[in-house]
Amino acid sequence: MSPVLRARALGKKYTQRWALQNCNLNVPAGRVVGLVGPNGAGKSTLLNLATGMLTPTAGTIEVCGGRPAADVTQLTRVGFVAQDAPVYTGLRVRDHLDLGRHLNPAWNDEIAQERIKRIGLDPKQRAGKLSGGQRAQLALTLGIAKQPELLILDEPVAALDPLARREFMQSLMESVAEQEMSVILSSHLVSDVERTCDYLIVLVDSRVQVAGDMEELLAQHYRLVGPRRDTSTVPADQQIISESHTDKQTTLLIRTESAVLDPSWTVTQLGLEDVVLAYMQGSKSTREERPQLEVLR
Amino acid sequence: MIEFHLNGRSGLSPYQQLVQQVRHALRLGLLDIGDRLPTVKEVSQQLAINPNTVLKAYRELEYDGLIAARPGVGTFVTRTLADASLASHGPLRKDLQRWLTKARLAGLDEESIEALFITTFRGNAGEDVA
Repeated sequence: MSPVLRARALGKKYTQRWALQNCNLNVPAGRVVGLVGPNGAGKSTLLNLATGMLTPTAGTIEVCGGRPAADVTQLTRVGFVAQDAPVYTGLRVRDHLDLGRHLNPAWNDEIAQERIKRIGLDPKQRAGKLSGGQRAQLALTLGIAKQPELLILDEPVAALDPLARREFMQSLMESVAEQEMSVILSSHLVSDVERTCDYLIVLVDSRVQVAGDMEELLAQHYRLVGPRRDTSTVPADQQIISESHTDKQTTLLIRTESAVLDPSWTVTQLGLEDVVLAYMQGSKSTREERPQLEVLR
Repeated sequence: MIEFHLNGRSGLSPYQQLVQQVRHALRLGLLDIGDRLPTVKEVSQQLAINPNTVLKAYRELEYDGLIAARPGVGTFVTRTLADASLASHGPLRKDLQRWLTKARLAGLDEESIEALFITTFRGNAGEDVA
């Protein structure tokens, strides 16, 4: 099976600034991918490149084996729910479904009608009168009934209250179980990503910091706490993501595929939130020129 | 049928929690041979979790010979972990309750009771091995 998203040296520059640089990705099909990173890291830029709304300044991107938005077949393969779940406020729920039916060759009206009924949306209601949660569910319904190979969601739950958020994620996961569909979603909510995603991409400062199978990544990251030491003594196969030092103690967050054998470290496994934060902090400290570590005697 | 729950603070991954909850239900007799487990779709919808997580948990339980998937019908319990000892749970629980009352009367608080139980339990388990 061809990868659902492949990027090679992909970059996007807006007048002055690179929003995305040297991005290399190879995301297998059938995954639910979580794209996380701080505001302005380039998440939306990457998603918009994948949908074909933006064209790359450098490198190449392939989605479901083709160039984004290259032709009609390519457009039917990818569904996109943009940030804040945009709908036509003046149109009724029913009109949205009519639009979807006429614009998408693979539209499944049964799925759409069934979902609208289950969520409890009134077909005669104007979309502008819907609550935030209902609007998001309507946008999701359009994305799902289109039956894409890949559904891309940009911050789908950011503006929703906890209940609407959970209901949205329930609907999404149910559809993933039902249809053979890959999903890429960007989110600030690491707890949602941890539950729903099995592939992770961390984007900080316009660069991909880490990407891979969620479970493998979680199993490869450790926090090491021990007496203060120079980080140059750490074995080469332990990649340091972030570090902090007091006069007596050194704390490292590392990525390694082999076991940590040094008995002077207290080793703990990490949750997703700690791993993501470490990449955010690690990227910040390399930028700000870390103060040199003095040798203690 | 059982309903799954996820605990964000358990320290166990979601898939391990699902496995543990089935094993627990089997041990307590909440699930019996022939009982149907919720479908992958039902679990991922109810908990808003990735279907692959549920699949992984079910595969592990299947590998352990505890459940079996019948395509198009559902996933069913094939073996139970509740053995003959289940019958003695009731009397043992009563003994334990009496002991707890005694401990409280002696002035032990929750924390001391737990500590006493765990150290005794560990000491006893050590003896069995030796």
